[in-house]
Amino acid sequence: MTLPESTLAQPEPMGLDQAGERVVPQLLQQIGTDGVPELVLSGDWVLATLQAQFSTLEARLRSLAADPGLRWEVTQARTVDHAGALLLWRAWGGQRPALLNVAADQAALLAHVAEVPDYRPSLRGSSLQTGVATLGGGIVSALREVRDGTAMIGQLVFDLGHLVVHPSRIPWREISANIYRTGAKALGITALVGFLIGVVLSYLSGRQLKLYGADIFIVNILGMSIIRELGPMLAAILIAGRSGSSMTAQLGVMRVTQELDALSVMGISHTRRLVLPKVIALSLSLPLIVLWTSAMALVGGIVASEIQLGIGYALFVERLPQAVPIANLWLGLAKGAVFGSLIAVIACHCGLRVAPNTESLGAGTTTSVVASITAVIIVDAIFAIAFSNVGVWF
Amino acid sequence: MGVPVIRVEGLSTRFGHVMVHRNISFDVDRGEILGIVGGSGSGKTTLLRQMLGLETPAEGRVTILGRCLAEIGAEERHALRMRSGVLFQQGALFSALSVYENVALPLRELRVVPEDVIRDLVMLKLALVGIAPEDASKLPAELSGGMTKRVGLARALGLEPDLLFLDEPTAGLDPDRSEAIMKLILALRQELSLTVVMVTHDLDSLLEVSDRVAVLADQQLVAIGPLAEVVWNDHPFIRSLFHGERGLRIVQALRVRPPVV
Repeated sequence: MTLPESTLAQPEPMGLDQAGERVVPQLLQQIGTDGVPELVLSGDWVLATLQAQFSTLEARLRSLAADPGLRWEVTQARTVDHAGALLLWRAWGGQRPALLNVAADQAALLAHVAEVPDYRPSLRGSSLQTGVATLGGGIVSALREVRDGTAMIGQLVFDLGHLVVHPSRIPWREISANIYRTGAKALGITALVGFLIGVVLSYLSGRQLKLYGADIFIVNILGMSIIRELGPMLAAILIAGRSGSSMTAQLGVMRVTQELDALSVMGISHTRRLVLPKVIALSLSLPLIVLWTSAMALVGGIVASEIQLGIGYALFVERLPQAVPIANLWLGLAKGAVFGSLIAVIACHCGLRVAPNTESLGAGTTTSVVASITAVIIVDAIFAIAFSNVGVWF
Repeated sequence: MGVPVIRVEGLSTRFGHVMVHRNISFDVDRGEILGIVGGSGSGKTTLLRQMLGLETPAEGRVTILGRCLAEIGAEERHALRMRSGVLFQQGALFSALSVYENVALPLRELRVVPEDVIRDLVMLKLALVGIAPEDASKLPAELSGGMTKRVGLARALGLEPDLLFLDEPTAGLDPDRSEAIMKLILALRQELSLTVVMVTHDLDSLLEVSDRVAVLADQQLVAIGPLAEVVWNDHPFIRSLFHGERGLRIVQALRVRPPVV
């Protein structure tokens, strides 16, 4: 075959890509054997070789395609994939050129490309409309949330009644497993945080007390604040972050993997089997954790006051019952039980509301932790007002 | 071509004390469709994960396109991954992204293809696997099991791979759809000279598309070869697989006779 007036349209040398197997796409403009001008495509017209030069190559080919007398010789191309076929099709302006030479499987590819449907993302309304709709939707879903939460608490009360009537059905195993998971396994972190808070508190107040020479009142300050307020709050916030989030995630994953549906079709109630044991377990284990956290915080306070103020361990322990009435301990433990059931109910409610996708799972866990910490603080404030004259010296 | 696309040599896989594979060796040639069969728990999916570099062999080596997976650096591994597409058993679609965005994701990751080209490529892939344009903006949670599989296949084809790994491509699809998927895979192999490794339970799809069949049983590769030969292997698992009621239908369809001994 003679190639008169053959000109290299693309000065790039014949090259291989990194993998050493692909040949860069080549263009050759020449006069064919029958005297018709033709454009010979060779090399690999595939996504891997095209990607970076897709647009420039498309523009080049488009200008070439303006000449209807040009014959497109595609059969020389080593491989053509969908991306390559799409490139040609776009360059041709969505139609086959008058003179085209393709192999059978290339023709099949072009046929696929010719039928690409349009992507029409679902239409959204005007911004005002969506704004109003979002606001309304938000209010409706917030109300629905309150309703569902109330319904769940009601259901839990019914379930509790059921268990009281049929004590043989009490899920001891789940309850004990949950106590272990939320209580025993949280001992380390609550001890560490409690101890350090005790140390910090003792140092800060010790310094002020020293100014007035009222060193011994460190016992009152630490005892009162830790046993009545800080112990329960610290424990509740740590457990909300630690156990509340894991409860939400567990129920959420059960929704994603259809385990909740499996329980439903077996006639096993979600609240009775999954929620109630968690609520019972956490309302039992959180008071214990509160006790533990308060004790560790006091230990931290005692150690720090010994070092800073020179108040001996024995003196501190001896003064403590005089400084802090025992009612404060009961109040702290009661708070623990209330916070525990609150955290478990909120966590389970958020978990059961998770939709079967990962984004909703993440959002549900966040909501659970934020909502339970907020609820704990609100309820703590209510406690503070309601019990303002319990366990305080006048 | 000389160099096989995939070469597995003396591969053993161990999870703790459990031996999953013992000394498995085989090659896959360019443009070939290899079907991997085996009972439940025989390590088919694990073998696939070995070939993808998602598991590390206890012994032996896996070589993909002439590069040993254990010896290459991050960059080469990345280049290799760009050339293979995977359809996972459960589809593994990103649940937070729409169907369209799922398929577009690998193309966007390239960061060089213009957005309108991506749009055409995505819609092309979706059309190939039979997903209607109006379903493109749905979320994976709104899809049926079969549609999830097909979107997964479209995503696997997104980067125009040389190598396609399919884990149970037809499980959960109705017979019409699974036949359409098999036809599509055959057509793609024809048009794009794909190499396909397919784990399957479905004897019909094996019969339809596979050039060779590898049978895993007792932690070992007990047979590999064209279906017509493997069918007559004496291994008990193969006998029960192909000589049960369903299996016999396949054997009849093959119209093969036992070799004269």
